[in-house]
This record gives sequence, structure tokens and C-alpha cells, in this order.
Amino acid sequence: MTREEIYVKLNEVFQDVFDDEDIVVNDDTTADDIEDWDSLEHINLIVAVERAFGIKFSMGETTSMKNVGAMVDIISERI
Amino acid sequence: MLELQYPFDADHILRKKKSIRKQLLARENVKYIEKKIAVLGGSTTSDVVLMLELFLLDNDIKPVFYESEYNKFWEDAVFGNEELDSFDPDLVYFHTTSRNINNWPTVRDTAEAVEELAQAEFDRFRQAWESVAGKYHCTIIQNNMEQPFYRLMGNSDVSDIHGRLNFVNRLNQKFYEYAREHESFYIHDANYQASVYGIKKWADLADWYRYKYAMAVSAIPDFAFSLSHIIKAVYGRNKKALALDLDNTLWGGVVGDDGPENIKIGQEDAVSELYSEFQEYVKAHKDLGILLTVNSKNDIENALAGLKRPDSVLSPDDFLVIKANWENKDRNLAATADEINIGVDSLVFIDDNPAERAIVRDSVKNSTVPEVGSPETYIDVIDSNGFFEVTGISDEDLKRNEMYKANIERKQTMSSFADYGEYLKSLEMTGEIKPFAPMYMARIAELTNKSNQFNLTTRRCSLAEIEQIASDPEYVTLYGKLTDKFGDNGVVSVAFGHIDGKIADIDLWLMSCRVLKRDMECAMMDEFAAECLRRGASTIVGHYYPTAKNKMVKDFFADRGFTLVEEDGEGNRTYELDISEGYVKTNRYINVNP
Repeated sequence: MTREEIYVKLNEVFQDVFDDEDIVVNDDTTADDIEDWDSLEHINLIVAVERAFGIKFSMGETTSMKNVGAMVDIISERI
Repeated sequence: MLELQYPFDADHILRKKKSIRKQLLARENVKYIEKKIAVLGGSTTSDVVLMLELFLLDNDIKPVFYESEYNKFWEDAVFGNEELDSFDPDLVYFHTTSRNINNWPTVRDTAEAVEELAQAEFDRFRQAWESVAGKYHCTIIQNNMEQPFYRLMGNSDVSDIHGRLNFVNRLNQKFYEYAREHESFYIHDANYQASVYGIKKWADLADWYRYKYAMAVSAIPDFAFSLSHIIKAVYGRNKKALALDLDNTLWGGVVGDDGPENIKIGQEDAVSELYSEFQEYVKAHKDLGILLTVNSKNDIENALAGLKRPDSVLSPDDFLVIKANWENKDRNLAATADEINIGVDSLVFIDDNPAERAIVRDSVKNSTVPEVGSPETYIDVIDSNGFFEVTGISDEDLKRNEMYKANIERKQTMSSFADYGEYLKSLEMTGEIKPFAPMYMARIAELTNKSNQFNLTTRRCSLAEIEQIASDPEYVTLYGKLTDKFGDNGVVSVAFGHIDGKIADIDLWLMSCRVLKRDMECAMMDEFAAECLRRGASTIVGHYYPTAKNKMVKDFFADRGFTLVEEDGEGNRTYELDISEGYVKTNRYINVNP
């Protein structure tokens, strides 16, 4: 799966979790850019991403991801 | 909503929860009951609450939640706080797990010490339950403890008194004993949910240490679904009847084509045995008070021939209504509901044919048509959906099928009398109309939650509320039980009101529609008025609050001789009856409290 393909799928996950079809994420997107992205929604987001890609983030990764780009880096390593 | 019915896609529900919630709230003409639910957690509760809300909305219950601070379930329960007090919950749910056990036994402990530890853990919980029960008179739901995911002692962990698994089981037994002895207290079988999910996946250490969720986040939809079953059952949202297809549903093959001798039922081969087990599962529902009906495209002779096979577990007598004809199934379903006088939304339709299921689902609003899959999964799908969740078995439940059957016989007798009064006399009715009594409390609460049509104020009450009202001296309470020559109808009418000086104000007045036009409403009013007079009241005030379903009683008070004193723009009416000069009894046919 190319990085572009990962982003297509990832965008869908973000749109579903935050119930907002206008969301488009990129490497620099952080929690500050999405209004509802608080610590509780972060949990749901992580779980939804894990399920969508069939991967599991390690505990260290979930807390250290700085932005969506870092998340995509990990996804592309795993799949 | 089909996507919230088992088997569902838990990940999909988690991911789409916001849009699912929007869809649920956008449904039109839903008559919600609103309930205040306090979730007192020993771990993170946020997704539990979000998922629970979806499943309750799907059952037309609109919850408002209070959530304790993280792991403050005990402090909130025992010491309380202003926010919780002003919230005044209808229901308190203790979301605790084995993670909340403070002290585990070690191998050095004596048998007495282990028992003391278990008792101490139990007492800590009991203190929390009794504290909220005393303060809020609420319904309580408590998770049992799920088995730990590791076994220090290996296989001995379950049998040795020092094992954690043994300790969890011991503690659970104490919980169950308490549940058996206390009404309005229910155990949520979290341990079963953990087992079904797989205990090793359930105890997701990453989700615990990262988020303090005591279970894997992906397990939460199943967990909340199971929890919602108890809540909707407590508030009268259980289903009442099964409508079953025959060919390839209750037996293998098509009786009209294959002949009754060739359908698959009995113990002759694997497929027949499979259908026999399903029939046994269906039949066992009768004892729980669930009504059984048939909805099948068949000639009636063929349908009966199939059910009359000597090796068939179910026989024609087990069914209250048998619709075997060539009518569309959606119409048969509506006709069945009409005949037994229940809402079509109280029926669960079981059919092996996906096309038939889709037609019924699309054409009957509010119908429940689970995706039952293949015969191997019928039992699991019906069972896991919790349509008939049991929160206590009343005498009514055990007799329900007989009572409905007697009702159909009464209808037949009626046609043989030219005069309706003669018919009522022939029924030889006796009524028992008395203040709320302990043995009927559960049934009374059940009726307040189930009755929609003959219900003047549609006030819903939990068991705890009914008990409180019964013990409050300001209230006049009455239950009415009706027996006739065809059988005992059980408790069929409930009324209560409060006395304020010379005024008796009726808060709730309802009757089961199965005893309509039997003079029971007259007998109830006679007793109610007599009790008001005895308490020194001179005026009885009645209210009618219109709903989508209770138009049949809009003139109830006028018919009883009350005077309309007020009606607002929404049709809410207030009536008064002056009894200062006494009250003339109106019941003619029922022998009351003989």
C-alpha cells in the first residue's frame, strides 16, 4: 500500500470517527487541527485506525506520535 | 436499527457511533421514556456510556448520564456528592471489574483468612449498594467479577482456595446471593461477556495501562449491548412473542412438497436433531411467559400435519395463533398482533428466508426481524439479542400462555350470547382489589412500563418507585386482579393517587386491554372512591395526558361521571369528581373481595 493509498483509507477513518466528511488529514495534521480531537476521542481514533489497517500500535507509539505523518510512518512499516 | 442487532459489527459501531447516534435521534414519532442513569466506575467508563446510549436509544429509552470521576465508584456511592444528589438517579450502574478487587489471597493464607478477605471485599461493595439504595430508591445493576486472564496456580487456580479464579468465583457467589435476596438489584454477567469475547483478548493490557479501560475497547459494544438488555427489560421494553416460520425454520424441508413424513425433525439424523434442539429452545420460552405464534406460507392442513408428528417437540397446542396461509407475512404479523392484543413491535419474527425477512422489515414499522443465519445459528442469534431478558419470573409469566388462550375462548363464548350483560354474568367474575401488596410489586411495576393504551397518565415506574409509593401513607394505591370461569387473569389494573387535604389526585390509572369491557374499570373506581372517602377526601381529581397510543381512554373520566375543569392546547385534561355527598357504585358484574 502506497502512502497515498494509506491516506485515502485513513481519511475515511477520521471522517467516520469525527463524523465530519470534510476532514482531510496530511502529514502535519495534529489534534489541534480537529475540534473534537480530545484525549477520549484519541482512544477511539487509535482503535479505529488499528482495526481498519489490521495492525496494533505499541503502547509507546500511541503516546509518542507527534502528528498524522508519524502515524502513517508506523502504518506503512506494519502492513 | 438492524446494525445494532446481533450479530453486529462492533468495530463499525465504535467507528460510526456519532453518525449512528444522529440517525437514531432523527427517527420520527418515537415515544421515548427518559431515564437518569448514574454510572459509577472502577475504570474508564466513557465509551461504555456512549455505546450504552446507542443501544438504549434503539429501545426507545433516552438516557441522561452521570459519570463518576475515574475509579470513584465507592466514594460516590458511600459519601455521595451534591452533583449526584441533584441528579437523583433512576438507576445506578456499578461498572467494576476484577481490577477493583483490593486484596487477593496468597498461598500463605488460611482457609479462614481467605473467607475473611472475600467477606471484606463483599462488604465493601454491599456498603456501596445499600448506600445508593437508601438515598435514591433506585434500581441497581452491578457487574459480576470476570475471571482473571492469568492463572498463577495453573489448573488449580479454579479449585484451590488460594487461587484468584477461585476467589473471583467465591466473591461472585456472594454477589448472586445478595441479588436473589434483593429486588431492584441485578447482576450484569460481565464474566460471561468476557468469556464469549475471549478472556485473553478481553484483558487488553495496553488498553488498561494507556486508557484505564478494564476491557479491550473493541469489546465494549458487546459489553454495553448485554448491559442494555437488563435496563430495557427493567423499563418494560422486552419483546412479548415469537412469530415463527415453519419450513426450514422449525423443521428441515418443505412440508407441502416433501410431505409431513419426510420433513427433518426428531432424532433420525443430524439435521433433524439440530431442528429438534431449536424447537426445544423455542418451547422453553413458554415457561418464561413468551407467547408462541406461527407465521408461515403453507396450507393450514400441511402446517398442522408437520406440528402433529409424534417426534415434533412443538405441537399445535403450544401456539397461541397459527397463521398458515398464502397471505403476505407482514399482514399475517400485523393480524397476529391484533388477535392477541399486543403491539406489532412486541413480536420477534423468525424466518430462514432473507427475502421474507427483508419484506417484513421494510413493510412493518418497528418490527424486529433478526438475521438468524443458518439453522446452526438460530439459537445463538435469538439468545444473544436478549429480546426476552429475564429480570425475575412472576406467576404471571408462568401462566401467560394459558391466560391468552382463555381470552380467545372468551371471545368465542361471547358470540353465543345475544345480550352482552348475560355474557358478563356467565363469566362469574370475582375481583381482588386491594392496596399494593409485596407479592405483586414486580407485576405492578411491569404493568406501568408495558401498558400504553388504557393508561391515563402513562407514568412509568421502577420497582423501587412502586415500593416507595406503597409505603408512603399519603398515597392511595390499588391493584386489581380478575378471575373468571375460564381462569385467572392475574393483576390487570393498577391505580394510585395522593391525598392532599380534601383532594385525592390520581397520579396513575391503567388497565390491561385484555379485560376491556368487563366492568373492571368500574370496580376499580368504586374501590378507589371508597378509600378516598375513608381518608376524608371530598374531591377526586383525574388527569388525561394524550399520547400516540392512549386515545381510547380520552373520555374515561367523563364516562365515570367526572367534570372536565381544564384542557390545555396539547389536549392535557383535568377532571374532578365531587364525592362530598357520597359515591354511587357502578360495577355490576364483578364480585369484589368476596
